[in-house]
Amino acid sequence: MTVASPATLGDAVDILGDGNDWHVLAGGTDLMVEVNFNHRHPRNVLSLARVAELREWRETPTSWEIGAGVTWARLESGPLAAALPALAEAARTVGSPQIRAAGTIGGNLGTCSPAGDGLPVLSALGASVVLRSAAGSRSVPFAEFMTGPKRSVRLPSELVTGVSIPKTEGWQGYSKVGVRNAMVISIASACLVIDRGSVRVALGSVGPTIIRATEAEAWLNGINAVPARAVNASVAREFGERVAQEARPIDDHRSTAAYRRHAVSVIASRLLEKGTRE
Amino acid sequence: MSQSVTSRRGTLGESTLRPDGAAKVRGEFAFSSDMWHDGMLWGATLRSPHAHARIVRIDTSPALLVPGVSAVVTKDDVPGQLTYGLISEDQPVFADGVVRYMGEPVAAVAADHPETCRRALAAIVVEYEVLPTVHDPEECVAGRAPSIHPEGNIFRTQRIIHGDPTVTGDVTVEGEYEVGMQDQAFLGTEAALAVPDHDGGGVEVYVATQWLHEDRKQMAQCLALPTDRVRLTLGGVGGAFGAREDISLQVHTALLALRTGRPVKMQYGREESFFGHVHRHPARVWMRHHATRDGRIVNIEARFVFDGGAYASTSEAVLINGITHAQGPYKCPNASVTGWAVRTNNPPCGAMRGFGVVQACFAHESQMERLAAALGMSPVDVRLVNAMETGDRIITGQVMDSVAPVAECIRLTDAIPMPPPLGTDPHELSLPGGSGLTAEARHIVRGVGWGVSIKNIMYSEGFDDFATARCRMENGVVTLKFATSEVGQGFVTLAPQIARSVLGVDEVLLDTIDTGVGSAGSTSASRQTWMSGGAVLGACEKVRDAFLAAVATRHGLRPADLSVRDDEVVDSSGAFRMPVRQAAEGLSFDETFEHHHRATEPLDENGQGNCHVAFAFVAHRAVVDVDVDLGLVKVVQVATAQDVGKALNPLSVTGQIEGGIAQGLGLAVMEEIVVTEGRVRNPSFTDYLLPTILDSPVVDMRLVEVPEPLSPLGAKGVGEPPCISVTPAIANAIRAATGRVINRVPVRPQDICL
Amino acid sequence: MNNETYTLSVNGTDMPVHDAWVGESLLYVLRERLGLPGAKGACEQGECGSCTVILDGEAVCSCLVMAAAAVGRSVATVEGLNPDGSLTDVQQAFVDEGAVQCGFCTPGLVVAVHHLLDSTPVPDAMQVKEALSGNICRCTGYGRIIAAVDRVVEVRKGSRA
Repeated sequence: MTVASPATLGDAVDILGDGNDWHVLAGGTDLMVEVNFNHRHPRNVLSLARVAELREWRETPTSWEIGAGVTWARLESGPLAAALPALAEAARTVGSPQIRAAGTIGGNLGTCSPAGDGLPVLSALGASVVLRSAAGSRSVPFAEFMTGPKRSVRLPSELVTGVSIPKTEGWQGYSKVGVRNAMVISIASACLVIDRGSVRVALGSVGPTIIRATEAEAWLNGINAVPARAVNASVAREFGERVAQEARPIDDHRSTAAYRRHAVSVIASRLLEKGTRE
Repeated sequence: MSQSVTSRRGTLGESTLRPDGAAKVRGEFAFSSDMWHDGMLWGATLRSPHAHARIVRIDTSPALLVPGVSAVVTKDDVPGQLTYGLISEDQPVFADGVVRYMGEPVAAVAADHPETCRRALAAIVVEYEVLPTVHDPEECVAGRAPSIHPEGNIFRTQRIIHGDPTVTGDVTVEGEYEVGMQDQAFLGTEAALAVPDHDGGGVEVYVATQWLHEDRKQMAQCLALPTDRVRLTLGGVGGAFGAREDISLQVHTALLALRTGRPVKMQYGREESFFGHVHRHPARVWMRHHATRDGRIVNIEARFVFDGGAYASTSEAVLINGITHAQGPYKCPNASVTGWAVRTNNPPCGAMRGFGVVQACFAHESQMERLAAALGMSPVDVRLVNAMETGDRIITGQVMDSVAPVAECIRLTDAIPMPPPLGTDPHELSLPGGSGLTAEARHIVRGVGWGVSIKNIMYSEGFDDFATARCRMENGVVTLKFATSEVGQGFVTLAPQIARSVLGVDEVLLDTIDTGVGSAGSTSASRQTWMSGGAVLGACEKVRDAFLAAVATRHGLRPADLSVRDDEVVDSSGAFRMPVRQAAEGLSFDETFEHHHRATEPLDENGQGNCHVAFAFVAHRAVVDVDVDLGLVKVVQVATAQDVGKALNPLSVTGQIEGGIAQGLGLAVMEEIVVTEGRVRNPSFTDYLLPTILDSPVVDMRLVEVPEPLSPLGAKGVGEPPCISVTPAIANAIRAATGRVINRVPVRPQDICL
Repeated sequence: MNNETYTLSVNGTDMPVHDAWVGESLLYVLRERLGLPGAKGACEQGECGSCTVILDGEAVCSCLVMAAAAVGRSVATVEGLNPDGSLTDVQQAFVDEGAVQCGFCTPGLVVAVHHLLDSTPVPDAMQVKEALSGNICRCTGYGRIIAAVDRVVEVRKGSRA
């Protein structure tokens, strides 16, 4: 095993493309677990610790451009949290404070677990993932980025360098179900975004990928032209039930499919009530 | 601040601070995983990936070719007895032709680096023929399961017939209850360092364990060494809770050291730790209570099935503890109880804090709630009506001669103020679901529930689990030696308190905890304050008597007139007073004392007999907030009053109670090893969830201090009771909040909302 | 194993690491190669906090830091809190309030509490709990740990007044 720690993004993608089967190390909170548990034996590790430009973020007139190396701790509070409250709420549920100080949003995208806490937010906000290789950059809408559990369209020669999050106008919120009050892997999660009167909702841990509940969205946006207006309880309940129908959960050691489906119904419904009340 | 009674610093009754505290906060305390030796090798264990399989072939030769590997051992390399165990010696050191649980050791390696070990393990070829598993304990009880061990699938079965079991009451309640498999989850995983003697005929082992002498006995048998050539020293212990009562890596580490002639260190990772020690028995318990219209219990029927997993460990004793505590802390004139502990291809189960009583208590306290509902009584009144008292006969026929302040525990707990209401704008992290922001105050329903328990202390059924201590005093400086495992409970704090109180000295040194003195028995069964405390007391009293005799001789006084009061030797006439320090100059004493508790006896075929030494009691009242739609729970407050006999160190008692409650909370709402057909699904701290600081409730406690006449220091062990009845108290509070039938713990979200 | 030699900056001192396997975590290197066993390993996956150290000013789990990738960064461990051998106020409060039982979680908690109070000198009860929610203690049930933090905050408030 070898480790490379380039100082610039250019060097990083050059190394990644040299054909030597590099494994990217960002915050370490996923890769090192696999090394420690003897589940993965990376031959060559590309550490991004010294690539300062990945840790930057900036605001444009229409979007937030967040570097892949921005940690959850920085998303949890401060200016980014004020701009993107749902992402801040998701950030606050990532592991422990120690994990949030190390783990990055780019790591969530690189690992691409359906339980990745930040991913439903990126989905609901309509974010794009910025990928870069030695050959150049491309931007992939999140909906097309994730293709399965721990699978994405990212090529081995490509590095996730950041996300581009379009600005929205309206409420956004995140909710995650786990049986502990902190430091818990999601059993089910949801992010709801109201953008210019239109609702979008994305679900985590209830399918092989993050799921946008587009049919429930269409139903709600159809019956209720301005959902920003208060939604009554029966509409919220039906919305939740319709969201749950789009979930594709499984039974595993953390929970059951039936509970997961029920739980996303409840949290989607509650998010809608909260979002249209405030 | 004024106090009516002042006592000398560091004596009994004081909240004396831990002598190892400074080292622990600095990170300098040497846990067994911190042990290191020049030229040391690392050891690692190859474990079965199958729950039940025949081993067709093992080829270790590829592992020996991995650079850096010094030795590979299998059952063929075990020089002595091939099996070990605390009661029945049925657990193979390494699998012998068949594996009976997932994670059973098959081989071990020694190499120059942990990563080399991993590569060597991966290189060992083991060909398995996978066999069907026996994983339903009821199949074993019914005799339908194929035998998976030459000794069969029943570890023990026992009945209790007491009084007239045909008696019926005005009211009958019954239920079937289930307790999931809990893990002790100590933080310091198993670790040991073994250093071979130069002649290869012995070994020195530094290990985290609960019982040095029992480890030594089992190791010597397996290693075919004389007992005195296996010398054990306690490595710093990062928690135990029962999981270090059985041996785990002891024989493997010593065997690799003897084989290589070099020091070998073994340390389990977290995943391996889940496979490397026994767990709390999952159990199914059926109970039917008969009571009069005014709430008095007249008869209990019960049936217990404990799943012991693949090997015996302490299953027999856990079974007896479970069934003999079926009545709980209540009067019960008639009873019929049957119980089984059975062998399956599930993970082996054995000791964990509460030891069989946790399972019984969840059942009887669920029943008490049903009884209260059936009678229209309050949960408090139905318990008070039945509260056990000293002098009652329990269902084994034994007379309760321990102090039994059950009613007082209940009344004191009941008087503890309730927590403030949730309010309309609570902090988001205090709601069920916490940082997940799943709920608002309007989604929450509050519930209150009760649990009361009885727990035996010390070992039972005729076992003489004595404890030994040695006390030396030279020039007024006392050195204590004992083999009592310090696992965090604080015996290293208590022992000097005893010496200071008895001998009037200030300076008390603790000798190394090792096998260089007689056995102390196990740090389990809430027994060390009583047993090792009794041994230290006895040794110190012998030294004191010899000291006073020497002082009498030196000063021309009568020994019978002398005593130690505070830090002085005083004569009853008042004519002579001298500081102990001064009186002890030039004198040296060395005394050893063995403390034995009173004898107990095995149960007869009807489960009758004086099988237990003594008992302690506790009451818990839990207040929970439940998100009924999502099935999430936050425990808000636990109120408790515990029968402690005498609080010899109130700060330590407080810590034991708060810590035990957190473990009982874990079993109530989150902790479970999920096993499917023998496969452990969640061997990690990502998926086996322990309570965090955000899950822990406010604990409001009262100590009931009625000195126990049977106990050398008047104290009862306080370790186990806190974790026993808090679990049903929480489950009963969830029932109260939701109206749901809650028949199993841990209570899962889907049990509440689906 | 192809091994590497590199230098880490730990508690203000450059410490060479010789011939180390690159997969080693910072926790392993601190404990087994640099003679600093204060950080403890209990889960190897960032779910217990026993291995908490300060890396470039942030409290992180050293089990999840690849040591070879920590070159050029500053590491502070529990051993660096009190070079003169005295106890810090946090350490003393842990002893005095009974926050230590088996002690395995203690060094990680001490580092985490110092880190919290450095950035938030007067935290409220929930800030304390959230900051320590990644540090599992199996013995104490946390009551004495909260008492220890409260004591430090009170004493520091008094000394500032």
